[in-house]
This record gives sequence, structure tokens and C-alpha cells, in this order.
Amino acid sequence: MDRVPILKIGDVLIVSIQGDLDDQSVLTLQEDLADRVVATGAIGVIIDITAVEIVDSFVGRMLSTIAGMSRMLDAETIVVGMRPAVAITLVELGLSLGGLRTALDLEKGVALLSRHGTQGTSDLSAVGL
Amino acid sequence: MAVQENISRRHVEALLRDNEDGILGRWVQISNEPLRGRAVENDTRKELQEIYHAFLRSMEDPDGASELRGLLSDLSRSRARQGFTPSETAMAVFGLKEAVYEFVETDGGEEALRGFIWLSRTIDGLGLYTFESFTAAREKIITDQTEQLLELSTPVVKLWEGIVAVPLVGTLDSARTQVVMEKLLQTLVDTGSEYAVIDITGVPAVDTQVAQHLLKTVMAARLMGANCVISGIRPQIAHTIVTLGIEFGDIVTKATLADALSYALRQSGVQVAGMRPGRAAVRAEEA
Amino acid sequence: MSHPPAPRTVEELTITSNDEVVTVRQKVRATAIELGFSLVDQTKVVTAASELARNTLVHAGGGQANITIVQNGARRGIRLVFSDNGPGIPDRQLALTDGWSSGGGLGLGLSGSRRLMDEFVLESEPGRGTVVTVTKWTR
Ligand SMILES: Nc1ncnc2c1ncn2[C@@H]1O[C@H](COP(=O)(O)OP(=O)(O)OP(=O)(O)O)[C@@H](O)[C@H]1O
Ligand SMILES: [Mg+2]
Repeated sequence: MDRVPILKIGDVLIVSIQGDLDDQSVLTLQEDLADRVVATGAIGVIIDITAVEIVDSFVGRMLSTIAGMSRMLDAETIVVGMRPAVAITLVELGLSLGGLRTALDLEKGVALLSRHGTQGTSDLSAVGL
Repeated sequence: MAVQENISRRHVEALLRDNEDGILGRWVQISNEPLRGRAVENDTRKELQEIYHAFLRSMEDPDGASELRGLLSDLSRSRARQGFTPSETAMAVFGLKEAVYEFVETDGGEEALRGFIWLSRTIDGLGLYTFESFTAAREKIITDQTEQLLELSTPVVKLWEGIVAVPLVGTLDSARTQVVMEKLLQTLVDTGSEYAVIDITGVPAVDTQVAQHLLKTVMAARLMGANCVISGIRPQIAHTIVTLGIEFGDIVTKATLADALSYALRQSGVQVAGMRPGRAAVRAEEA
Repeated sequence: MSHPPAPRTVEELTITSNDEVVTVRQKVRATAIELGFSLVDQTKVVTAASELARNTLVHAGGGQANITIVQNGARRGIRLVFSDNGPGIPDRQLALTDGWSSGGGLGLGLSGSRRLMDEFVLESEPGRGTVVTVTKWTR
């Protein structure tokens, strides 16, 4: 079982998922991230899935759960780098991932965080959970 | 029985070997007959001669059969490309039966006749194989051409730094829309663009499936972190979408490509001199 | 010489752990690439396989996955069969409804895989087990 490393840069936690994770590793990552948000008081979480070849309902649910948990801990989650094939498949699968913020790549994700991080999270409360 | 068949086979084999020139010549003639000059006699002779030799080899050595099948596939492929029908191509193979028969008749012996029955069955198998590989070859040609057409007819252009557009022209079917969708999304990644304009000014009508594909494109783009604007929806198409009960939800739509561009520019924080605010709204009312 | 080629089974895999669900995904991907599926179609097939393999593990306590190459004229396809001897599905219609889950799932595994593949057959007998057969053809 692989453990996905979580990096901290400034106020932001960055996770870059590499390769094909089994379900247990996915759950472990979810718990690790919640712990780290609390421990570090991070204002944002960026999950980079550029290297991820499929997102099924299990991983999709993990992404939504992380977003929901971090929101309660006053941090915002942004998923970056979703591949076109993955996005098309997710839509067909029926997963809308409502409430999840996304960006094309890591750089744009960071920019999005700094834009919103200082303005508070008023517009996020409307998005699910 | 098996021994008997073997003897008959040998007999035919000898017959084919001894009369190669005669049989081959007749075969070429027969298979070219219905083509009326569409095939060059010399080419046909070379093709059929190769098959003839491979056929003889396959009678000696069972491993030779794959070589023979390879040659038949080549024949099918080249004829499919030249526009022959599958029966014309299969007939070329069946023609060998007729050519051999004429020589069996001359021989007149019982062995020759029995051998011919065996040969006839074998050639039928080869003819059917040719028919099948022909059909496969033609299907391949058709799918390749369709793909090329799809590629050509879906240009995705970069309008501005961070904004790409795809102007769709003509009838949209489900397959084409899907290709557009994939290409557009890939272009977003390749150019790092956060805005995509799908302009359907040139599209006369959309059906439910196409509307669904457009909708899915917008949703997929969102998952990737980009925004889509659909421009140029004709009143007729708007009507279709409403009547079909398709939920376009909070998708941004604009009357023209220019309106969509100025919207995307504004959203991404670009200030453009001479950009008239409110223009989009005015146009939308006109439409 | 002229009969259609018989379906060719390329993998017979057991699904008894999370690791083996990953293996199913990887073998399905390899077969889809071998068949020349587009990237999008590969992704759809692998995602459906992931959903169905997980169902076999989670809802039936394990089972089997078979990967087969099938042919129809010039088109080739990948066929996946997930079978188990688990509790079965009492109401197949309900199980195929978007958003319905007997547990805490999203209820998208079965209905979503049906959309992702070209053919979908769900056979199940309560108390005896479930067989899900899905096929996708190259375009
Ligand atoms: N192999 C199986 N054996 C028994 N029951 C099954 C099997 N596969 C599916 N089911 C039943 O069908 C229901 C729907 O399955 P589906 O995969 O759509 O949703 P889910 O697994 O509950 O959630 P998820 O969206 O996370 O996959 C399941 O909740 C389960 O009750
Ligand atoms: Mg499931």
C-alpha cells in the first residue's frame, strides 16, 4: 500500500497523486489530509491529478469528501490537472462533483486560492454540503 | 477414404503443376472478364500467379496456408481500394475452378474428377475468405475516411491568450460532436486556456443527442477547470432545446461569437479599449 | 477458413482484495490498448471495470473477472465478465437506478458502467450470485 506524500508550501497543502491507488490508499490519503489541515491550519488544499488515468466513483467521492471536510476546517480544496478523457468519462458515469473547485494546472490552482483566500469563503458556502 | 482423398489430391496437384501455363492463362482471362478493362491484364497475371504458386505450396505443406491467406488478403485490400465489388473480387478466386475444370474434362479420368471435387471445396473456402477480408478491408477504408473528414471539419482556434473557440458549421451528428468535444478539451490543456467558445451560428439544427453532447462538453470542461460559452444559438435551436426539455442550466450563452469573446475577456480580467459594455445584452435581445 | 474467429479469453482474474481490483484495471487497460481503443474509450472501459470489480468485492465478498477479445465483422471489442457467488441482487431495476445504493455508495457503479459501455447485461439470482457482462467495440 502506498502512502501519498503531502507537501506544505506556505499556507497551502499540495498532494500530487501518482499512479493507480487502491481503495485503502485512497481512504488513508483522505484521513491524512484531514489531519494535516487541522495540524497546520492550512487555508487551502490542492490535489493534483495530472498523472491520474481514471477517476471512478470511489475516487470521485474521496475528492468531494476532502473538499467538504476542509471547508468545515476553513480551508478550500482545488482539484487541478484533470485530463480530458477522465473528465469526459466522469460526466458519462454521472458524477458531477458539485461543489468541487477545479483548475487546469497547479499554477492556476494556486492563483485561484490566493484570489479567494483573502476574500473569505462567502461564495463557497453555496456550493453543496 | 482418407487414402482415396490423398490419391485424388495428388492427381490434381500434378494436374496443376503440369498445366500451369494453360490454367493460369485461362484463370486470368476468366477473372478479368467481368471487369472490362478496369484491371490491367499484366497486374492480374502477376497477382494470380503468386496465389497459384502459394496454393501449390499449401498443398504440400500445411504451413503454406497462412502465406496463401496473406496473399488473398492483399488481393482483397488492393481491389477494395480500386473500387471493385466484393463479388467481383471473390469471383476472381472462384474463376480458378472453372479454369481447372476445363483441364479435368480433357483428362476425363475418375481420379481427376474426384480430385476436382476436393479442389472445388477448397477453392470455395478460399473464395469466402476473400469475400470476408474484402469486407473487412472496405470497412477499414470507410472508417479511416470518416475519421479524416471529422478531423478536417473541426478546427479549434485560439482567439486570445486563454480563450479558444470552435466554430461549428454544418449538420452536427453525434459522432462529429464527440470528436469536437474531445479536441476542444485537449486544446484547453495544450494552450492552458480557461475559456472555450463553442459557436454554433453555422449549425442549422440540433437534435437531443447533439444537445446532450454539448452539455456534456461544458460539464467536462468545468471538471477540468475551464469555462464554456455557447454562442450563436438560433431561435429555432433555442426552441428545440426548450421543447426537448434539455436542461441547459447555468450555461452561459451569447448571441454572437464576438459577444462571447468580449464576455470571456471581461471574465478573465482583460480590459479591451473600445469594448462597449452592454453590447452583449442588446444583441441577445435582437436574437 | 471462413468461420468467424472464436472469442479469445486473455485474462481470468480473481477479485478478493483491493490489490486485485487494481490488477483488473491494469489488465483491462493493457487489453484495450492492444485493441487500439482511443484514449477516451480506454478510460471509459477501465472506469467501468473498476466500478464492477469493486462491486464484486464489496457487495459479494469477492469473485472473478474474465477479459475476452471478441470480433464482429471488422470490429473488435473487449468483453468483461464479472461473476460472483454472493447474495445476488433482488431488484435489478432498482439496482440500475442512478443514485440507488443499498449501502453508503453513490449508486452510480452499475448505471454508470452501463452508460460507459456499448453492451451491458446484468444477471442475478438472489442467494446464488451475480454475473455482469459488458462489451465495448472499437470505433
Ligand atoms: N455483485 C453484486 N452482488 C450483490 N449486490 C450488488 C452487486 N453489484 C451491485 N450490487 C447492488 O447494487 C447496488 C447498486 O450498485 P452500484 O455500483 O450502482 O452502487 P454502489 O456500489 O452502492 O455505489 P457506488 O456508486 O459507490 O458504486 C449496490 O448498492 C448493491 O446493493
Ligand atoms: Mg458500486
